[in-house]
Amino acid sequence: MNIADIINPANLVYEKTKVMNDVPMHYCPGCSHGVVHKIVGEIIEEMGIQDKTIGVAPVGCAVFAYKYLDIDWQQAAHGRAPAVATGIKRLLPDRYVFTYQGDGDLAAIGTAETIHACNRGENIAIIFINNGIYGMTGGQMAPTTLKGMKSSTSPNGREVSLAGHPLNISELLAKLEGTCYVTRQAVHTVAAVKKCKRAIQKALENSMENKGTSIVEVVSTCSSGWKMTPADSNNWMVDNMFPEYPMGDLKNI
Amino acid sequence: MTDQNNEEVLLMKGNEAIAHAAIRCGCDGYFGYPITPQSEIMETLMELEPWNTTGMVVLQAESEVASINMVYGAAGCGKKSMTTSSSPGVSLMQEGISYMAGSELPCLIVNVMRGGPGLGTIQASQADYFQTVKGGGHGDYRIITLAPASVQEMADHVSLAFDLAFKYRTPAMILADGIIGQMMEKVVLPPYQPRWTEGEIREKSPWATLGKRPQNKPNVITSLALQAEEMEELNLRLQARYREIENNEVIYEELNCEDADYIFVAFGTSARVCQKAMELAREEGIKAGLIRPITLYPFPKDILKHYASKVKGMLTVEMNAGQMVEDVKLSTCGKIPVEFYGRMGGIVPSPDEVLNALKTKLIEI
Amino acid sequence: MTEEIIISGFGGQGVLSMGKILAYSGLMQGQEVSWMPSYGPEQRGGTANVTVILSDSRISSPVLHTYDTAIVLNQPSLERFESRIKPGGTLIYDGNGFHKFPTRTDINVYRIDATEYAYANNSAKTMNMIILGGLLKIRPIVTVENVLRGLKKSLPERHHHLLGMNESAIQIGMELIKQQNAV
Repeated sequence: MNIADIINPANLVYEKTKVMNDVPMHYCPGCSHGVVHKIVGEIIEEMGIQDKTIGVAPVGCAVFAYKYLDIDWQQAAHGRAPAVATGIKRLLPDRYVFTYQGDGDLAAIGTAETIHACNRGENIAIIFINNGIYGMTGGQMAPTTLKGMKSSTSPNGREVSLAGHPLNISELLAKLEGTCYVTRQAVHTVAAVKKCKRAIQKALENSMENKGTSIVEVVSTCSSGWKMTPADSNNWMVDNMFPEYPMGDLKNI
Repeated sequence: MTDQNNEEVLLMKGNEAIAHAAIRCGCDGYFGYPITPQSEIMETLMELEPWNTTGMVVLQAESEVASINMVYGAAGCGKKSMTTSSSPGVSLMQEGISYMAGSELPCLIVNVMRGGPGLGTIQASQADYFQTVKGGGHGDYRIITLAPASVQEMADHVSLAFDLAFKYRTPAMILADGIIGQMMEKVVLPPYQPRWTEGEIREKSPWATLGKRPQNKPNVITSLALQAEEMEELNLRLQARYREIENNEVIYEELNCEDADYIFVAFGTSARVCQKAMELAREEGIKAGLIRPITLYPFPKDILKHYASKVKGMLTVEMNAGQMVEDVKLSTCGKIPVEFYGRMGGIVPSPDEVLNALKTKLIEI
Repeated sequence: MTEEIIISGFGGQGVLSMGKILAYSGLMQGQEVSWMPSYGPEQRGGTANVTVILSDSRISSPVLHTYDTAIVLNQPSLERFESRIKPGGTLIYDGNGFHKFPTRTDINVYRIDATEYAYANNSAKTMNMIILGGLLKIRPIVTVENVLRGLKKSLPERHHHLLGMNESAIQIGMELIKQQNAV
């Protein structure tokens, strides 16, 4: 048997989605972003909405999301993605509009835009990567950094008396009447990836049904920021992040 | 009442004229946050409910920061989108304006200026000249700036600003002040233009994010270029466009300058005051003229340079501590004395004190 | 002809709307007009004023520091604007609540007790039209016909049944106004 016999459509069991560009990614080994990007790409391909989807990229590690997914994108200022997405969706109500944001972007500098877009019930999907740290700028403390968790701006661990509490923003957003679907997912196992994919697909479908805002929080790893191997990061996430940010639907209307 | 072309002559505030003109010029989206002295713009739009007629979207945002970013999103789709505010609110928008300049997005921002710094006063001011024409946000950029001096110009500048913004893919600003926004004058509103269809947008603005066409590359709206060389390329492209704007789009008004010994240079409300001061001066036998820049960027350098070799001096009058006067001095290259008179804090100078300033600073010396 | 007018009084006395009706009347008469209000907190309870200019030619400054005619409806307005009337100009005041009265002798001074009349006759809403009638008697800068046309234009349709009431208020004002000083 030679290689041409193996690489043969009849033997195909897995193929990278065509919505993902064939370019090297800048994400670190073990980072959750790559998996979530792939999920989003697959959903867009499967739903056949590549020509009807506009993504809004954040400032943060996913700032280059537009290089990896072959759809129209707008790159927003730090924290402003929900406002930018509002502008797009209000003018183009028949398009799928989603934001892709990290914890610093969504839950610190962009809190006002996040809450008000959700409170207006903008018909958009928000994909929220929560790894409890600022990855892009080199591992500083995020609003979602755990109590006692070390970062470059909390070198001895986050001290609540100094820096306040980890912000459970999804719980907060679930309370707003404008949101229809708030769920917390992860992508550390095959089963989790499948579940997360269904959640993101539902969020995108909701955005066409005039139901309000959907938020999919993906509790994620940051091996570089956490200074762990990818495998250790996954375990650390399960042991430490999940108790603070428990998996599952917070709201599903 | 109708004018010579049988168009209806209306009486309305400058702020109201902006709202009517926006609907009529086919604006797609307005996003704003209330602030005195311009809240009538959004109030008028909400009253007129254009979403039922032209389909224009009007949304009250949670802040000026959100407003300008909603404009960014809409503009990125090739839509005619706008926001309006007053000085403190426009300060909050500077980040978004810089991003739009960097992302080459056209839009209209209206600043009905009030006195500052800080929370300042709600009374009229022109203290945001530097912020507007020298770049209020970060980075090397310019925005086209129109300075209306009447309610009619408030109406006319809306579609002019959109035309220029789309022609050069840049934000454009109408820089008015509390007087122009709050006063009522006669106005003939511009005719209705239909909003662009998606087909027209794809043709006019092939960069717009309307959804990727299967045969095309995706459109990406961004101002990010991590490689210095790539960033400089963007800078050079923007600068080339600014030179084009400076060469092609200067607008000004000139009154009684042909035989003038002295020229007032002023924009907006100050120009109206100077016009009166000029009339008073002429009654006293002083040959005074007025140059009123209508575009503040691009600045009408050439006409000032032209008169610098003909008159004895120029008096720049502004409702600030002296901002545009720097550009007047640069334009006249030190050939003649250029003096400044201004009031701050929301005070409008009186024609008498302006005339007096002309006498004491330029004539009786 | 250019007439530069300031109207000043308490918020709620109909100062801004009187100015607006005057501006609309000028519009109907084919004149150039400008209407520039004081705006902000002072109009919410404090003293409000509006500058109205009617002219046959292009109006230069909409904001003025001296006036041909001042209409003052409260004491602070008198104190603020009496000195800013051009020599030979006109001052009209409603003396209700005044304890200090105009002192200038180089201007024409008129008194109109519109507030008193309006309260006695239960017509507080047309108080400003009574004063406008007084103004037109002594400074016929616009015709009554054009005032009524302007009123129709500026009033929402649901208030058009009040036009007759306003017309008689103008007539009453023309009778009420009394000269106090002549130059």
